[in-house]
Amino acid sequence: VIPFNLLVAVCLGYVVFLFGIAFVAERRAMKGRLGWLRSPWIYTLSLSVYCTAWTFYGAVGYAARSGLEYLTIYLGPTLVLVGWWWLLRKLVRIGRTQRITSIADLISSRYGKSNTLGAIVTILAVVGTTPYIALQLQSVTLSFAVFAQSDLRPWAAADLNSTALWVAAGLSVFTVLFGTRNLDANERHHGVVTAIAVEALVKLVALLAVGIFVVWGIAGGLSGIAEMIAESPISQTDFNGGRWAGITFLSAAAVITLPRMFQVLVVENSDERHLAVASWAFPLYLCLMSVFVVPIAVVGLDTQPAGANPDLFVLTVPLSANSEGLATLAFLGGFSSATSMVIVAAIALSTMVSNHIVMPVWLRLTGAGAMVSGDVRHILITARRVSIAAILALGYLYFRLTGGSEALASIGLISFTGVAQVLPALLGGIFWRGATKRGAVIGVSIGFFIWAYTLFLPSFGPGGLMSPDLLTFGPLGIEWLRPHGLFGITGLDPLLHAMFWSLSLNALAFFAISMFGFPSPLERLQGAQFVNVFEHSAGARGWVQGVVEAEDLLMMSQRILGAEKAQTLFQQEAAAQGKMGYLPDTTALFLEQLERELAGSVGAATSHAMVGQIVGRSSVSVEDLMAVADETAQIMEYSTRLEAQSEELTRTARQLREANEKLTELSVQKDAFLSQISHELRTPMTTIRSFSEILMTPDTTTPQERKKFLGVIQDEAIRLTRLLDDLLDLAVLENGQVAMQAQPGNLGDLLDRAVMTAGASSAADDDTLTIQRSGGAENVALITDTDRLSQVFINLISNARKYCDAPDPVLSISTRRTQGRVEVDFIDNGSGIPKRAQAIIFEKFSRVSDGHAAGGAGLGLAICREIMENLGGHISYLPGQGGAAFRVVLPATAVQAG
Amino acid sequence: VKTPQRPLFLARQSYRRRRAADASRFLPVVGVFLILLPLLRGSGGTAGLLAYLFVIWILLIVLAALLSGRLSRALSLPDTHEEDDPS
Repeated sequence: VIPFNLLVAVCLGYVVFLFGIAFVAERRAMKGRLGWLRSPWIYTLSLSVYCTAWTFYGAVGYAARSGLEYLTIYLGPTLVLVGWWWLLRKLVRIGRTQRITSIADLISSRYGKSNTLGAIVTILAVVGTTPYIALQLQSVTLSFAVFAQSDLRPWAAADLNSTALWVAAGLSVFTVLFGTRNLDANERHHGVVTAIAVEALVKLVALLAVGIFVVWGIAGGLSGIAEMIAESPISQTDFNGGRWAGITFLSAAAVITLPRMFQVLVVENSDERHLAVASWAFPLYLCLMSVFVVPIAVVGLDTQPAGANPDLFVLTVPLSANSEGLATLAFLGGFSSATSMVIVAAIALSTMVSNHIVMPVWLRLTGAGAMVSGDVRHILITARRVSIAAILALGYLYFRLTGGSEALASIGLISFTGVAQVLPALLGGIFWRGATKRGAVIGVSIGFFIWAYTLFLPSFGPGGLMSPDLLTFGPLGIEWLRPHGLFGITGLDPLLHAMFWSLSLNALAFFAISMFGFPSPLERLQGAQFVNVFEHSAGARGWVQGVVEAEDLLMMSQRILGAEKAQTLFQQEAAAQGKMGYLPDTTALFLEQLERELAGSVGAATSHAMVGQIVGRSSVSVEDLMAVADETAQIMEYSTRLEAQSEELTRTARQLREANEKLTELSVQKDAFLSQISHELRTPMTTIRSFSEILMTPDTTTPQERKKFLGVIQDEAIRLTRLLDDLLDLAVLENGQVAMQAQPGNLGDLLDRAVMTAGASSAADDDTLTIQRSGGAENVALITDTDRLSQVFINLISNARKYCDAPDPVLSISTRRTQGRVEVDFIDNGSGIPKRAQAIIFEKFSRVSDGHAAGGAGLGLAICREIMENLGGHISYLPGQGGAAFRVVLPATAVQAG
Repeated sequence: VKTPQRPLFLARQSYRRRRAADASRFLPVVGVFLILLPLLRGSGGTAGLLAYLFVIWILLIVLAALLSGRLSRALSLPDTHEEDDPS
């Protein structure tokens, strides 16, 4: 048997250890060495504040009384956690972007930063949580009593009460020390969270150890325990379907609406990815916590004397088996469960009380207090510390009032139903933009009232806060208003009855009033921010620029954030605006940022009210909204115009670049042309000059020679003339100065004449070119400048004659009429024109073969092209015909109808 | 005024990610169904029911764990307008 004093010593040692853990974690966080403090595992373990002493002791008692129903308490949260992507992720994102400090702050902020709502939710949370805290005090006290009983003498009621008082006092000290260290609720309580994570491990290990001891130490393994379960009274318990579904729903709601769960899930969350791990790890934790509950209950019922409190089986079973070490571990587990819940709940509730009740009252009492100098922070910190002590005192009071007689499970469920009244307003707020403040206020109030009337007040027992007459016959004898049989529905279990009426009427009122109401502009802004939190994370534009003194704002901010932090904030903003010093322009954006910064300390509603005191108006008007919208529209229009202008500029630049390229190209062409022309002129001139020099020396030449030389001179002169004629011709054609003389003619005749002319002009001896014609198709009547057209034909035929390198050169001239136009193809059987030359053959002075072999200056095809352009047709090279191929296209206008 | 064009269809990777998110939304529905299933049963052994509940519990945990890795990676990517995007 463990001496009681030793147990107290172990307990105190454990508390000192927790203090140490919290202290070290806090120190590390202050030095910025967060490391494992921000791991998803710490986050997941901190969620275990869900498992209070109610789980640790109460689940076994619950199972012993009602069979498997205890599982619903853990299956509900499992459903919420595995569906984290849908709900929890959104809550966490909203919590971070809006700097939410508590569930009351979330509701108040969503519904237009309403103080009324914040206060209502706070009161609801305090009333709903007090029994729960009492429950923890009770379980710790009872567990002490178990050891005391086994020690020397049974405890009297006075001993129980003083133990509870000591525990409550100790917890207040711990919570005040580590829970109110920093004012900014957004700055995580690393010390507390780490200590809670350690406690989570202790309670898990303790419960698993007791379970393993029971199964393998007492029941004799798995088969043994299965037999015992089958024989135990637990198997005979009824399975109540309504309670099964109802409590599953209730616990699913509780995991997000309980103030302490909201604190660890949303406020203390530092990274959304931690949710991903918690989504399976926390259900696993719950599963492990509940796996040995039934075996412990069964063995307890079997081995403990009849009438023993099943809520204490976790302690009494190891104790009666004389394993004191295990019992001590179990005691520490239960102690951990109780303390972690109380600490987190006290932090969450004190934040809510100070931000939504104390600060608004203080602001009202001090009038224009926001502008008074002096530190508000000590007021806030004091408010929080006093709240913590007051909340624990309330819990202690409840414990004394109810006399610690209630079964643990029923107290827990009363609490769950109370805080679940926030659910319609919460879900409606983050998924439905039409939800209004009025709907939320009335819905929550109705739910709160019905819950208090049908469940909370009757929980004190007949003769407690409600007279037995009222419970049996209803107020003033009106039967259909009986607390356990509203509107004549009496068949339901009291819990289900209360849950059904409170939540359904709450949701109905919330929905109906929201439907017919019209929200204020600020509500609508916040509604859009919350519902569409993933689309825009920018804050609501609550402020319009006014004549606000930055100095007043700085003064106020210093009092809440502390001098250093506030000055840094103002200096940064001033620097961002390009100003020196500490006083930036009070733009709407800055006011909004400042308000949010303050909201991290005092909550959205108070922060809004404080900024409002200085700015002079505490809400936006429709005009402001329109001004914002108008500004946006103007900016958009302006940017559209800029975009159009820039597109036009790009277009112009592109055109200029193209023109520039063309000019450069032309300049290059001109230079090339000049050098070509001088070259072409120089060659015959040189010949003429040298032969005329020979002729000027009379004795050296014979008359025959002289005649020959003169012939050469004449040939060169003719060539020169022809070159100059061609150049002139080209220049005239290029400038479009030439007038085309249209006259009737026949294509066949023109080709005949061209073949003849081309043949005559060539040297007769090597004239081996065979010409194939397409006969009848050539009979096309034309109205065009026939002389110019012949010139083109002659040029093409003589080219073939000159350049076709086949042994038996053949030129086929085929004529075709397509779509009114006439195409004449000149195709020879030579090797054709190499691909790289095809692009340039129509340019001036371009020659495919080098040298003067054929004696042309390379102007022929250029002239052809110009002529065809002038005639309205065109000439092109036709690749892939086996030899050189040119297509001359005559326009439809040149073709005479018929 | 130009409105930013969102693609009509998604790349395979983003498509898979969306489906993982859908699965995560659907998992609680499956869970509710499995948890409420015992309501339909007549009377049976408590031990059998206990075993059934723990089996589906473990199943939900395993499924959530499988999804969480994929979704966690999706969270590391830059934000997308996932609420009304193409699927």
